[in-house]
Amino acid sequence: MTNSRKNRLKDKGFEYLGVACSLFGLVVLAIFIGDILADGLSRIDWDFLKSLPSRKPEKAGIFTAWTGSLWILVFTTIIAFPLAVSAGIYLEEYGGNGRWSSLLEVNISNLAGVPSIIYGLLGLEIFVRIFKMGNSVLAGAFALALLILPIIIVATREAIRTVPPSIRAASYALGATKWQTIWNQVLPASMGGIFTGVILAISRAVGETAPLIIVGALAYVPFAPSSPMDEFTVMPIQIFNWVSRPQHGFTVNAAAAIIILLLITFVMNGIAVYLRNKWQKKINW
Amino acid sequence: MKTFEKIFLGFATLTLVACGGQEKSSNQSHLSGNIKIDGSSTVYPITEAVAEEFRNVQPNINVTVGVSGTGGGFKKFMRGEIDINDASRSIKSKEADACAEINMGFVELSVAYDGLAVLVNPENDWVDFFTVDELQKIWNPEAQETVMYWDQVREGWPHEELHLFGPGVASGTYDYFAEAICGKKVGTRGDYTASEDDHVLVQGIATDKNALGFFGLAYYEENKDKLRLVGVDNGDGTVLPSMETVSNGTYAPLSRPIFIYVSSAAVAKKEVNEFVNFYLDSAPSLVSEVGYIPLQDNEYAIEKEKFNAFSGK
Repeated sequence: MTNSRKNRLKDKGFEYLGVACSLFGLVVLAIFIGDILADGLSRIDWDFLKSLPSRKPEKAGIFTAWTGSLWILVFTTIIAFPLAVSAGIYLEEYGGNGRWSSLLEVNISNLAGVPSIIYGLLGLEIFVRIFKMGNSVLAGAFALALLILPIIIVATREAIRTVPPSIRAASYALGATKWQTIWNQVLPASMGGIFTGVILAISRAVGETAPLIIVGALAYVPFAPSSPMDEFTVMPIQIFNWVSRPQHGFTVNAAAAIIILLLITFVMNGIAVYLRNKWQKKINW
Repeated sequence: MKTFEKIFLGFATLTLVACGGQEKSSNQSHLSGNIKIDGSSTVYPITEAVAEEFRNVQPNINVTVGVSGTGGGFKKFMRGEIDINDASRSIKSKEADACAEINMGFVELSVAYDGLAVLVNPENDWVDFFTVDELQKIWNPEAQETVMYWDQVREGWPHEELHLFGPGVASGTYDYFAEAICGKKVGTRGDYTASEDDHVLVQGIATDKNALGFFGLAYYEENKDKLRLVGVDNGDGTVLPSMETVSNGTYAPLSRPIFIYVSSAAVAKKEVNEFVNFYLDSAPSLVSEVGYIPLQDNEYAIEKEKFNAFSGK
């Protein structure tokens, strides 16, 4: 009797502990968002999104920063997506269990743990100097693409693994080749998971500062990029720059820019959820 | 291929004609081109302000400004990757040698003064001023773990703990303070609260009665109500940092000039020439607007002469 009561108490206790742990992160996030909203919400209007950087906080805007971020994101995705998905397919479908593929696997996991500033240094030497891309959008996008490759590769492999073996067996039984099976059955079925991985990776890339500063993203750019070879700045750099200024007006600007950046991240995560649901509905074996 | 060349030539002539026409119609010629600037984040607000104003005069010249730090900027400068470097210290001989190696000359132009403010909490009622020796006694590396109370600095001050605040060791501001107070290549003690974010330092000093800290004068100007500025005695009486005492050099040793460096390759470009002249012309008003201290008017004239001599005008 006493024993079972004790166990029941432990059970309840663990439940409350679990709730507390889940709430902890949310509460911190809520405090942070509340604080930022209180500081910056009133600053956001069309002019803020349309204006160039300025020494006067009330005139300054984030036009070049958000357009720069957008350019970087698009090119990072274009570069990283095909590379990472192909690598994921190879490792999962063709790689087998040999020494070669386990070597690849270990190294990809290692890549995921490399600090982002290292990718910046690599990008500076390879893309900016050897390939002579200069401090361009393209060089920045290549550096960020390297950074998020491992994340997408891992997501792709996870997604492919969830496709049941019976589907593959059925496809082979109908005489399909390996490639036909992958292209017509495995990939469509795992696309939801892959998209989720891609978008989470991009959400991470949009907040990166260190590698882009090294590659040569600038603080003051009075024009939006019009080609991938143009110079650029991005939102986190603009925010960092404003936070370090003494005038109070710039702190408010930084808060407003953070809200916009958060909004971009939320929208992208929303798209990830939408795509996942859409692709999952499409599958009816 | 042939037709393409013809079309291209046609366009080129058209553009030339168009440009020529424009030049005649307005007495002020509009240049176009790119100017790449990088370097210190201390100088950045001034260069940003100048670039912003320059756009009104020359809208077709694209000026971009980075913040790689003084050293990072010089690395690009000596590879010829940028036209102008913002610098919060003079060029080092190693960096100058690298420029000489690729036959690149450069000119150093002072654009403003920056003062370092020494601050305490407003509730601190015992500190009236610091001598340079006292600051040295507090901040030198040997003071670590030994000078921990205010009464160890000067007799008569209370036996209260001494809490120190300052910028992190990576900043040019720290380098400057360490060199001015403790001497070359000595550094300071390490047991102080360091932050690259000066707002954190303001907050720290404003909420701690026993605090002592230093940072750029501009941050004090924006937070006057939360902090108390302390004068420094360099042997000739106590001097408080102000517009006047920093620019005439009496607030010593904690005031310094900040610079831009222009390379000989850049100076050959018309747009850079125009920009630097505009910089020195507009600096007196813009510098104080962004929180720094302008040089004396005749000093700007001297810098301008120096630049024009360098550019061969």
